Amino acid sequence: MWQRILALITKEFLNLFKDRKSRFVTIVPPLIQLLVFGYAASFDLDHVPYAVYDRDHGQAGRALQAAFSGSPTFDLRYVIQRQDQIAPLIDNREVLLVLQLEPGFSEKLTIGEPAEVQVLVDGRNSNTAQIAVNYAGSVLNAFNGQWIARHQQQAPPTRLVSRAWFNPNLESRWFFIPGLVGLLTLVVTMVVTSLSVAREREQGTFDQLLVTPLRPFEILIGKATPGFVVGLVEGSLVILVARFWFGVPLVGDLAVLYLGLVLFLFAAIGIGLAISSLAVTLQQALLGGFLFMVPAVILSGFATPIENMPPLVQMITLLDPLRYFLVVLRGVFLEGAPFSILVHQLWPLAIIAAVTLSAAGWLFRHRMY
Amino acid sequence: MSRRVRGLLRKEFLQVLRDPSSIAIAFLMPAFLLLLFGYGVSMDASNVPLAVVVEQPGAEAESFASVFQHSRYFAPQRYIDRASARRALDAGLVDGIVLLPADFAARVKGDASAPIQLIVNGVNANSARLLEGYVEGAWRNWLERELGARAMPLNQPVMLQPRIWFNPGLRSRNYLVPGLVAINMTLVGALLTALVMAREWERGTLEAMMVTPVSMREVLIGKVLPYFVLGMGGMALSVAMALWLFQVPFRGSFWVLTLCAALFLLVALGMGLLISVTTRNQFVAGMVAIIATFLPAFLLSGMLFDIGSMPVVVQWVTHLVAARYFVAILQTLFLAGDVWGVIVPNALALILMALFFIGLARRRMHKHLE
Amino acid sequence: MTQQAVIEISGLTKSFRLPGREIDALLDVNLRVAAGAVSGLIGPDGAGKTTLMRLVAGLLLPDAGAVRVLGYDASRDALDVQSLIGYMPQRFGLYEDLSVQENLDLYADLQDVPASDRPARYDELLQMTGLGPFTRRLAGRLSGGMKQKLGLACTLVRSPRLLLLDEPTVGVDPVSRRDLWSIVYRLVEEEGMSVLLSTAYLDEAERCFEVILLHEGRVVGQGTPSEFSEPLSGRSFRVSQPGILPRRLQARLATRAGVLDAVVQGQSVRVVMQPGRMLETGGGDSDNITCEPVEPRFEDAFIDRLHGSRDGARTLRPADHAVTPGKVIRVSGLSRRFGDFVAVDRVSFEVSPGEVFGLLGANGAGKTTTFRMLCGLLPASAGELSVAGLDLRRAPARARGRIGYMSQKFSLYGNLTVSQNLEFFARTYGLRGARRRQRLEWALSELELARYSGAASGNLPLGYQQRLALACALMHEPDILFLDEPTSGVDPLARREFWSHINALADAGVAILVTTHFMEEAEYCDRLAIMSAGEILALGTPPEVKRRALGVEGERAGMEEAFIALIEDREVA
Repeated sequence: MWQRILALITKEFLNLFKDRKSRFVTIVPPLIQLLVFGYAASFDLDHVPYAVYDRDHGQAGRALQAAFSGSPTFDLRYVIQRQDQIAPLIDNREVLLVLQLEPGFSEKLTIGEPAEVQVLVDGRNSNTAQIAVNYAGSVLNAFNGQWIARHQQQAPPTRLVSRAWFNPNLESRWFFIPGLVGLLTLVVTMVVTSLSVAREREQGTFDQLLVTPLRPFEILIGKATPGFVVGLVEGSLVILVARFWFGVPLVGDLAVLYLGLVLFLFAAIGIGLAISSLAVTLQQALLGGFLFMVPAVILSGFATPIENMPPLVQMITLLDPLRYFLVVLRGVFLEGAPFSILVHQLWPLAIIAAVTLSAAGWLFRHRMY
Repeated sequence: MSRRVRGLLRKEFLQVLRDPSSIAIAFLMPAFLLLLFGYGVSMDASNVPLAVVVEQPGAEAESFASVFQHSRYFAPQRYIDRASARRALDAGLVDGIVLLPADFAARVKGDASAPIQLIVNGVNANSARLLEGYVEGAWRNWLERELGARAMPLNQPVMLQPRIWFNPGLRSRNYLVPGLVAINMTLVGALLTALVMAREWERGTLEAMMVTPVSMREVLIGKVLPYFVLGMGGMALSVAMALWLFQVPFRGSFWVLTLCAALFLLVALGMGLLISVTTRNQFVAGMVAIIATFLPAFLLSGMLFDIGSMPVVVQWVTHLVAARYFVAILQTLFLAGDVWGVIVPNALALILMALFFIGLARRRMHKHLE
Repeated sequence: MTQQAVIEISGLTKSFRLPGREIDALLDVNLRVAAGAVSGLIGPDGAGKTTLMRLVAGLLLPDAGAVRVLGYDASRDALDVQSLIGYMPQRFGLYEDLSVQENLDLYADLQDVPASDRPARYDELLQMTGLGPFTRRLAGRLSGGMKQKLGLACTLVRSPRLLLLDEPTVGVDPVSRRDLWSIVYRLVEEEGMSVLLSTAYLDEAERCFEVILLHEGRVVGQGTPSEFSEPLSGRSFRVSQPGILPRRLQARLATRAGVLDAVVQGQSVRVVMQPGRMLETGGGDSDNITCEPVEPRFEDAFIDRLHGSRDGARTLRPADHAVTPGKVIRVSGLSRRFGDFVAVDRVSFEVSPGEVFGLLGANGAGKTTTFRMLCGLLPASAGELSVAGLDLRRAPARARGRIGYMSQKFSLYGNLTVSQNLEFFARTYGLRGARRRQRLEWALSELELARYSGAASGNLPLGYQQRLALACALMHEPDILFLDEPTSGVDPLARREFWSHINALADAGVAILVTTHFMEEAEYCDRLAIMSAGEILALGTPPEVKRRALGVEGERAGMEEAFIALIEDREVA
């Protein structure tokens, strides 16, 4: 039996990698994408372009401006003189925000009255806008603290001391890069598996396989192995790049990470092969692959938290293997979560894998046109 | 229009009608994805599970702790001590801990300001930052009320007055949905055409067509136009859903939207066609379509992540992603209006890309079998 | 006939680059094709027929030389040429999801036929092709023969001056084949069209005014069919021997000294002798042999000219199989429905070990569906079937290990090499160690695949692909062999060789079930069933079937006539 499976596996690999185009497509783009996406996927703002509209011209106002221009997050682009210069700058995305000091700002500040500073923000991307406002808030907080200290004023009776665990500098790259491990592994396995049976059906070779003594589960193992190996190798590469190139800490147990990866690969392969055996033509297989992959990514909590979704959509996410795998990835990478906590993510993965793989195996023999 | 082109168009339309999968790609897929995304994708947190630990009960502490009860942002849970709250954070039951230490009451009364500790789970840095902002806002409100009750002024030298333009409610759906329309149309465009030429090669229909007096320009028109019409239909459906289902405001003009949508669709169809013409093989064309469309459009278009904050090299790469230009146009048209400074350069970029893809596809489609 | 030429080719050379090597498809070809006549382009696979057709149609550019078609240069003025000719490629690209009428409309549009001319032309074409009643049917739902006729109709919407037909009759049943030919003749006679057609059926060559014989990219002869066959007069004989299966007799005669070619023809064997040799009829097991001289035909000349270039066909030496007594395939009341459509309707037959059983019928007659049910690829809707005592659909893998299967598309992994394909199938069938090496060795040497062992199987000439497919099906020495149109599209030389292998296997005790379109191949079957519309019309030995169709005097007729008679009887009924 093992000999037969081995023969099938060898054939699958030859079939996949003999063609120069398909070899290239499976290997190179995911690696390039990892590097590009690793840098692209971040909510952290850097060099936020802003303009200053200073109608105050006072000493204290200049001190505040210095606090902004001295911050690495903000990048002063324009100093404007008239009200009507604001709209074009924001409309045309020249700046993300405009800092506006009203006349009398410095005076108010010096006599101890609350002085207001207006921040006009481009809200087209509300997430970016909110983050920019938060950044501006922290610059102001620091400025206020210094001002109070320097002028020996009364501090507020309480203060908020904030700390972030697992990711003290709140680098969102740390959050996204482990997620990319899941995304890219998913895409690669879908590329390898979702078209494989459909292609053999179109070429007629699948019939030839079915009349050999191969049992459905042997075909399943043979068809699943290339996806598994390619997924495992590329997954490992992505993990290495995440750890050593992007410097994301890997504090947890590698064994748990790999257990998650293996279960996730099984689940993804099962879905890919099931789509492939259901499809009559390659176009249908491709459509099926997309219709699974795109929602799987969107609903996985990769970019937007699952908790923010309406309850019905949250229920749908329970079927998404990527959802569980992302929790495992982030848990192991950043939190060092042990098996006992992550087991609640691992068993649903195992169930999804078992269901989809058996469905695929059953479809091999029972899906006939 | 010549009779040949009309014949080709009729053929393509009939084929589309006979094979429901193209219609499914053009209409069902965008509707399905947009519904899922529109409801599923949101950055606006609400009911964030938050552990509240009051080490020593007291009036001030209770008054502060109760702030969270009445906010739609939080779902506070009381824990008796730090250790149990910490375990809850580890297990992912809560996203943050608000800790009022044992000496809180004493220090509030005294001169030194009393620290309130906030611990957030930083794994999802974005959510963590939002949570910090929410807690800070809650704390500030509470402080103002407390001080007001004691007739003391809040000593805050400079106050931030943010005014968010275009989307004052910071409704994330308002910017995500236009972006999703762009992603949707990227997929639709590529899926519609990625296989069509490869299929004609594989089924041998192209050879019979080539010996007729038809020119390759006519074949190209015959391939692009039907899927263009289908794609515009899908686009109209997506925009309608954005406007009426998701209530995204629209401040631009529709003719600009139509024009830009048409340009973008030409780019997407042209890319699919180029994949198809270049590979001549449905299998490889399918693989390329999976890899080259979805993730780049999702991550590099600026629909989700701010392009300006990416490293310069990556910013260059984003210029190759057509969705980038369309996302900028869509977000501006929906939320800001006809801002020519944004629309014109992005539309020009789309024209260039459309010319590039369709031109290259045309060059590679010649009337020879080699 | 007229000396005017519609195609003039001089010094034409064309080569293709494949990974690692370059293949000369055509080498210094010079020829003229006469106007107003049917010219045949004949040659084995890989001779360059299709390449030549494509060059004439302006679809390929020559490396050297010139092609002038109707006075235009085919590469420079391709569009002018294309507006004057009609070309039907081997796989005519009908849009299968469009109806007959829609396909016609499309090609009328592409050919710029004015709307006013259409109704008359459509009437004419539909009447000529007999497609009139089916204009609303989807092209994908037509039988293979009807598809070809529709393809022809599409190329003819704007009556071309020159018609190029690339193997128009491959995979077409005899009735449709006859219809196609009568259409071609009518076009030449009534419309004065010139026709160049390539074919793998050598009997069709006789119907051409002139034959161009192409071999390995060169023209090896051009002339009327009789100019080819005349030099062979006195070398062709009909040999018969009562009490022995014709295919056995053929196998024995084929190995005799001096015999150039031997094929089964009805109850006798047609033999072509090498020049100056006589058939030795005396001695041993051949005392009651009768031998009468017959007229030479084009096929004899073809074999004579080309045979020498290939090594003499070797007979396969399979190991003897332990012949299990009784029937190895039993089918009774087998039916298969797809929705409302009954693809196979209560079919029953049996096959014994060592027997060659043929399933004949037009496309869509239900042969392939029956076949797929037998191999366990499709569940039966009703009826019973057993292969080696088991239903393969539910059978354990061990039972599947006893059958070999070769499908009509030669389903091999095109991007794997010959030895990788062989290795794969050997291992799937559980062969290991020395035995696997020995079987691989056997396949490479006995089926003469050694010289291609490292080549990607998708790049092999069709005949070699077919050998490789057979080798793969035989790696594990199965007791039962299923062959689904194993010779479709393969040239006559490769077909002869293939049948000699099948003969040898049957003699060794392998039960063989084969479907075919080639009626002359039906003669090789011990028993056969003719199917139409899902039912068996006739079942028995070839003489029995012919008697059934044509009466007692029909026994000496060809299977093709019997087939046509049976189908027509049924259509009348």
